[in-house]
Amino acid sequence: MKQKRKERIDRGIKARSDDVFSLNSFREMLYVAVPPLAPVLLLTILPLFLPSYWQKVLISTCVFALLAMSWDFLVGVGMVSLGQALFFGVGAYIAGVSNKILGLPIWIDLPLATVLGGVICTVLLTPVLRLRGVYFSMVTLVLPLMLERIIEATGIFGGTEGITGIKAFTNPFVESYVIIFVTLFALFAFRRLVTTDYGLVLKAIKDNDRAVMSVGINIYWMKAQALFISGCVGSFCGAFLTHVYGFVGMPSFALDYSILPLSSAVVGGMGTFAGSFMGAFILVPLSEALRGIGGLRIVLYSFFLVVFIVALPEGIFHYIQRKYQQFERWVEVDK
Amino acid sequence: MSDQNNHQNDSRLILRVENLSKSFGGVKAVVSVSFDLHEGQLLGVIGPNGSGKTTLVNLITGFLKPDLGRIVYKGKEITGWAPYRIARIGIARTFQMIRPFAELPSFKNLIIPLYSPRVKALSGGKYGDLDAVAKDYLEEVGFERESAVTYKSAGSLPHGYLKRLELAKCMALRADLVILDELFSGLSIAELASIVPIIEKLVSEGKTVIMIEHRLRELFRIADRVVVLNYGSVIADGVPSEVMERSEVRKAYLGSE
Repeated sequence: MKQKRKERIDRGIKARSDDVFSLNSFREMLYVAVPPLAPVLLLTILPLFLPSYWQKVLISTCVFALLAMSWDFLVGVGMVSLGQALFFGVGAYIAGVSNKILGLPIWIDLPLATVLGGVICTVLLTPVLRLRGVYFSMVTLVLPLMLERIIEATGIFGGTEGITGIKAFTNPFVESYVIIFVTLFALFAFRRLVTTDYGLVLKAIKDNDRAVMSVGINIYWMKAQALFISGCVGSFCGAFLTHVYGFVGMPSFALDYSILPLSSAVVGGMGTFAGSFMGAFILVPLSEALRGIGGLRIVLYSFFLVVFIVALPEGIFHYIQRKYQQFERWVEVDK
Repeated sequence: MSDQNNHQNDSRLILRVENLSKSFGGVKAVVSVSFDLHEGQLLGVIGPNGSGKTTLVNLITGFLKPDLGRIVYKGKEITGWAPYRIARIGIARTFQMIRPFAELPSFKNLIIPLYSPRVKALSGGKYGDLDAVAKDYLEEVGFERESAVTYKSAGSLPHGYLKRLELAKCMALRADLVILDELFSGLSIAELASIVPIIEKLVSEGKTVIMIEHRLRELFRIADRVVVLNYGSVIADGVPSEVMERSEVRKAYLGSE
């Protein structure tokens, strides 16, 4: 009996351009250069002609893209976090406090919040580094909610009122290009990092942590480093948005900052960072665009989310990548 | 230094296990196990299923903490140390359930041991190009250089290659004591024939090897000495041919009549 089977074959241009020495035509150079250059060009041009409302949307899109990448990075080390809001909130409060109360200028408190936020998040999560799987996830889910309630109950850092009157960026273009630069930098840095020897060790911890321990590598120290990197990125996001809004308060620990990055990474395709990036650039503007339709917004948004996940469980990025590199055809096989 | 204690006069002694005990709830997995191991020896540890062989390995390599007893490696007490510290001073192990870093290509699997602080210290504080070194080690255990198996993802390797990959990991760590937990299980005669020479080579290079084995015939051909466990206790310790003659060993394996 004859049956048909789908066959996937690398495109000729993919095979030829795998080796850098064979890039002998303009077309092949473009084939290699376009995928990394496209997001760079797009993000560089966008702020120049977007209306001011969509400028703000672009900023929050970049923030969610960063959060999604930091989530994706942790997952790559075997830590499924349900609490990127912890990183976000800690960074937001450090920026708020250091700018308003200590009077530090933006250019000092942003890096300060980034690094100090990374340290604080790592310290907070150190006791649970030994937990794996759902146990780790549960603790990360609870921690931001706990911090939120502590602030509410004790009234520190402005309590339920939050801190207002934090200095904003003076120039909207500076604001946009700072976050765009950081987002693009993080995208390429993360993609590079996971292919280094250091990145391979992190990936191996996810695969089989006992085997990594048995060759003399302290996996808890490695995991703490990964948390620090992810925590820095998350804290930067919080600190940056604090200066955009001029306000920091309990909503910084909201569940949105945990769930939306997660869904961006899942919709876009995990493990590639480009997927998280794409996911955020689809989901966040989509959610804004749906604002006009009122009450059914969340329903429609959820519907799109389900469609993406059911139709493309591998993630949008993986799908596009495959189409870009391979073609498919049906071949007859004897059964 | 603390390693200058009473064992220094016997320089050939590499591992001393004293009265090691471990129970899980009411089950006594390892009961007062003691033995000495000298450099360059190949020690076989045998015993029926559930006799505590793997627990013993986990105790020595720090994956379990003993309830009682001491483990002394090269004159240094390592009882209760974390697994990564024990690996750093030169004890490598393989696992009974072999799980490679499945998504990585075979040679990239060796990057993990090569990245270990032990290897960095031994090679003078530098890592250098690990890929080339990794391929060298793979070649040593019989992966043909620049062949497909070297680049294939480790998850898709045949069983025999996986076992050799495990051995390559121990070699890459430059361990002095190598503990192999049921390395021979599930291998064909042909695959065994390609693995045994690698172990013999390890021993000829002066490494000390402990092999947990069920395949006695193959083990007895290469082992200098055998320790037999039953219900967590050592019931025999000696040269392979003579150990199997003892009635308590026969009873443990075949059951009493």
